[in-house]
Amino acid sequence: MIRRVIGAIILLFIVSAVVFAIFFLVPRIGGASVDDLASRYVGKSAGAEQIHQTAIRLGFTDPIWVQYGRFVKGIVAGADYNYGAGIEHCPAPCLGYSFLTQNPVLPDLLDRLPVTISLASGAAFLWLLGGVATGVLSALRRGSVLDRTTMGIALAGVSLPIFFTGLLSLSIFSYGLGWTAPGGANPMDASTPWDWAYRLLLPWITLAFLYAAAYARLTRAGMLETMNEDYIRTARAKGLRERDVVVKHGLRAALTPILTIFGLDLGLLLGGAILTETTFSLPGIGQYAVQAVTNNDLPKVLGVTLLGAAFIIVANLVVDLLYAVVDPRVRAS
Amino acid sequence: MTSTVDRARFDSLSPVEGLGGLGRPPADAFLSVRDLQVHFPTDDGLVRSVDGLSFDVARGRTLGIVGESGSGKSVTSMSVMGLHKPGTVRMSGSILLDGQELVGADSDTVRALRGKRMAMIFQDPLSAMHPFYTVGHQIVEAYRVHHNVSRAVAYKHAIDMLGRVGIPQPRSRVDDYPHQFSGGMRQRAMIAMALSCDPELLIADEPTTALDVTVQAQILDLIRDLQAEFSSAVILITHDLGVVAELADDILVMYAGRAVEYSAAEQIFERPQQPYTWGLLASMPRMDRARTERLRPIPGTPPSLITVPSGCPFHPRCAYADLTEGLSRTQRPPFREVLADHHIACHLTSAQRRDIWDNEIRETL
Repeated sequence: MIRRVIGAIILLFIVSAVVFAIFFLVPRIGGASVDDLASRYVGKSAGAEQIHQTAIRLGFTDPIWVQYGRFVKGIVAGADYNYGAGIEHCPAPCLGYSFLTQNPVLPDLLDRLPVTISLASGAAFLWLLGGVATGVLSALRRGSVLDRTTMGIALAGVSLPIFFTGLLSLSIFSYGLGWTAPGGANPMDASTPWDWAYRLLLPWITLAFLYAAAYARLTRAGMLETMNEDYIRTARAKGLRERDVVVKHGLRAALTPILTIFGLDLGLLLGGAILTETTFSLPGIGQYAVQAVTNNDLPKVLGVTLLGAAFIIVANLVVDLLYAVVDPRVRAS
Repeated sequence: MTSTVDRARFDSLSPVEGLGGLGRPPADAFLSVRDLQVHFPTDDGLVRSVDGLSFDVARGRTLGIVGESGSGKSVTSMSVMGLHKPGTVRMSGSILLDGQELVGADSDTVRALRGKRMAMIFQDPLSAMHPFYTVGHQIVEAYRVHHNVSRAVAYKHAIDMLGRVGIPQPRSRVDDYPHQFSGGMRQRAMIAMALSCDPELLIADEPTTALDVTVQAQILDLIRDLQAEFSSAVILITHDLGVVAELADDILVMYAGRAVEYSAAEQIFERPQQPYTWGLLASMPRMDRARTERLRPIPGTPPSLITVPSGCPFHPRCAYADLTEGLSRTQRPPFREVLADHHIACHLTSAQRRDIWDNEIRETL
């Protein structure tokens, strides 16, 4: 366990180093000077001298390992920054300041996290419920009209991109019928839990549809396999009701691999549901990531990347631990 | 309980075809199968897995059903248990469990009998037990389906059952998972599970095939002892004549979904009447034979159950089919009583069979 945590921390450093390298080394290989880099963070009318001052202020003139060292030191011990308006202390863990807006990254991220968590967890609940239920029914009625219809919809679900289904549902249900909240409603500003859910309903459904489609197919395949196992025959031979045979014996076995993938999917989404957040203008981590990348704002990119990586690593850990809980054969070995 | 309605149904069937040559079920039969047909429609054609099978099992007796793979042994046991997937199978004939008709019975009715009055042990105990539940949990589940008792009571019963099938320290082993048991222990646990509701009919489908040879005898002994204790009717399904020799009171030999010979075990071993049975016995290794003597396999392979050979399904492989003046090729041999309580399906006359037995078979077996 301790070994895994240490491994996770090392992995986070590697991730950040890679992002750092891509940001600084790739433009330099392309022949860009330090001033070219800095010119992105000043006004259009700025002169060469001003740009050079900015490059010095952002630390671009230092060797790259010094810059990386500063970044790591900020996380471990905190850092002081001076963007012209006096020295500001950024306590550990400090992910630095935006090159462009000079806002500290971490508070921004923490501010946006609840939106992403709301979106991801609600959608996860919906897709797990919907996808698994649909998959089980499809498997039990294999070849029926129900099976073929749902699998057709599922195929459409995994093929259609969020920005298509999202915009389509927005135009129908929000702007056409007025049933759901229009895009851009921040769920964290909601006054009641009911309002919170109302604002998130369409993003939830849109995001859940994509995953539910995949989970339905996965569950169906798993159920078709487990329902042919010998222990299902044994369960029937005991005289169990068919419902118990399906749920307690069939689904219980089919659920194990689904749980694994679910953990990883959820971890991935907590690092930002980029397409959904962008489509519905939700101020979450994903939207922040898009801004960071389009603005070439390294500290923000690094912050988002590290947060996302941390979620995936934690999800992996949790899944491994869970696996031992759900499959006793893993526990033994 | 024997219902008069079901008895009347037998009287309406014709004595030869309807009763599969066996006549009305004897009074002491707990399970009576008559002219059972189990067919599976598939894309390739109709699979006649069981085609006119009849037998009886009484309480306290063991019937061994013997045959090659694909002879319909397992399909028969699954039919008795009502375990075929509805919609995939066509069943006709009669299966009477203590006078209650199971063919065409409501699926809930059969389910209520399953596990309670009839139970089954399967071939591979590792795959037949759920890997995610403890052995105890699975026995508790089997018991509580049919008994309205608390978990604690059922758990005590599970420990008790594990002890009775010879699992050491049942109190701690009850919480183990199947993968923590050895193969023999697992089969013991399966037996404990099957017997947890004290069933009157126990079907053991190749119960020792997946086990070490050293463990096989122990499991067979256990089944024998428990049968004496519970006085249940037992059907033992196997391709291994050695296993039936050990346990069975009666033997039913199956070929291509049909019964070819049916009699008391000692009768089958001492005075077999049917060419297929002769072939089976000749292909069995014997301890009392010189090692230099070679086993004699039956030539050819079992027939497809979709295009079963005409007449006697065994005739393409039978060395004596030519003696019947073409009857074996054209007409299905009736299942008939040739000696007291000894039925066979064969066109050979009793004189021919006696002649072949005396001159060719007797000294080779």
